[in-house]
Amino acid sequence: MARVLVGVKRVIDYAVKIRVKPDKSGVVTDGVKHSMNPFDEIAVEEAVRMKEKKIASEIIAVSCGPAQSQETLRTALAMGVDRGIHVEIAPGDLNTIQPIHISKILAKVATDEKADIVIVGKQAIDDDSNQTAQMTAAFLDCPQGTFASKVEVNGKELTITREIDGGLETVKVNLPAVLSADLRLNEPRYATLPNIMKAKKKPIKKVTPKDLGVDVSPRIEIVSVEDPPVRQAGAIVPDVDTLVQKLKEKGHA
Amino acid sequence: MLSSIRVKSFCNGSAVFRRLQSTLVIAEHNNDALAPITRNTLTAASKIGGDISVLVVGENCSKAAAEASKLPGVSKVLLADGGSFKGLLPESITPLVVATQNQFNFSHIIAGASAFGKALLPRIAAKLDVSPVTDVVEIKSPDTFVRTIYAGNAVLTLKAKDKIKVVTVRGTSFPPAEGNGDAKTEAAPTGDFNAPGTTFVSQELAKSDRPELTAAKIVISGGRGMKSGDNFQLLYTLADKMGAAVGASRAAVDAGFVANDLQVGQTGKIVAPELYIAVGISGAIQHLAGMKDSKTIVAINKDPEAPIFQVADYGLVADLFKAVPELTEKI
Repeated sequence: MARVLVGVKRVIDYAVKIRVKPDKSGVVTDGVKHSMNPFDEIAVEEAVRMKEKKIASEIIAVSCGPAQSQETLRTALAMGVDRGIHVEIAPGDLNTIQPIHISKILAKVATDEKADIVIVGKQAIDDDSNQTAQMTAAFLDCPQGTFASKVEVNGKELTITREIDGGLETVKVNLPAVLSADLRLNEPRYATLPNIMKAKKKPIKKVTPKDLGVDVSPRIEIVSVEDPPVRQAGAIVPDVDTLVQKLKEKGHA
Repeated sequence: MLSSIRVKSFCNGSAVFRRLQSTLVIAEHNNDALAPITRNTLTAASKIGGDISVLVVGENCSKAAAEASKLPGVSKVLLADGGSFKGLLPESITPLVVATQNQFNFSHIIAGASAFGKALLPRIAAKLDVSPVTDVVEIKSPDTFVRTIYAGNAVLTLKAKDKIKVVTVRGTSFPPAEGNGDAKTEAAPTGDFNAPGTTFVSQELAKSDRPELTAAKIVISGGRGMKSGDNFQLLYTLADKMGAAVGASRAAVDAGFVANDLQVGQTGKIVAPELYIAVGISGAIQHLAGMKDSKTIVAINKDPEAPIFQVADYGLVADLFKAVPELTEKI
């Protein structure tokens, strides 16, 4: 049976309209609703389904971030994860922490925990990087199954259907392997109240990047974070004829 | 004496530095032809300045390499053609690129931010121990890049501190490189580039006569309001008349109306056509992230409160089942 490691990130909730800070140093995060990155919910769900199918023996969730990341881990535990590891990132490092750092942390934890499968979301909806799975696989020097929309486990081999630009692609990978979850992989479950209560008793271990021997010194310098250009408000046209006329004027038709 | 040696070594150092301002573009192709995003990537490469090399890797990809050698502004094409590159697996291309990097010492390694580039470049970056910069929309200088975060709702300008810059670029933010060149083709470094733990099995590509979504001048997208997959025929008919590509919102994809690869948005394709027609799409943040850089946006929706109208240049509040056929007839 496989041991599964899931990476979960605490991000500003997908439905929140974000605000850029006036000093252009970042976006406002204080007092803003946060939740688990939606792609990571899919990753957790896939891991839990593996356990339900008796493919996975144990699921460990890892979250790298501030103290509040423990709430994100609790959500994962309530969905069916067995235990959590919180890698606490010091407040001063939060702005410059990059997927390369997180990947090194995940690779170290995966090695320490003897994980056979690492699953993360394909991208976090805050930095939109889409790098962590690929880099974790590289650090572990193992296969990567990115943008997975279907995963079948056959012993020590996975058959992965990947979402690519023109359609779908199928690859087979040997374990250990790193997967990244695309939207279509599954429909994540809601944590039930009894499971939320049970999750409070599940263990969360706290470590620091230093404990894991990972250097988190900045690889980038943030020059500025600004609002995107605002589009000029358009006009409502009364009928199709006017629309066609406007498009013709613009040379579109 | 000692000081003159110092000066000399300093001069050598700066000459090396100048030579290091060189870019490797990883071409995307299907063995027979280059993917259009390769030309956009080349334009981005030209903004970095310095020498540009293009790597063409694949199995039986000599046609693509020949096309790459005619790209403008390219000094050389490196060709790696072999069975180990079947399916263009990142696990086999990464050691090739690392070997190429070790030989030529590029300052920049770049590719288009397509599914191919997104899967590959971070793996390369990790092997080089550098932090990659994804989906760049502007290059301010060789180390300063602009990219969007939070589904396009904030614009981040960052300075990359790593010595080698590994970058993917948003195709729609850079015009395709035009013109002709005449680059020489040489063999890329050789080695064992098999991916021991990964096997390519198959690809199922959706077939369509319509233009490719990310490169189309006109895109017509349908959302939940289309109500069924069959009703997308209304959009196909209009698209064929206008020479447009057809896209979709996540809601339409999740409901099974159309295939996933048509999804426009934060987690699907990013498009920026001359004209984008959103039909029966409310305009969630995640959808807007994929299309709000379109030149002209038209929205057809029966809900006057739909957020799509806040970004649309022309909005038509109407029942799409009446408006779309009428538009098809009159345009």
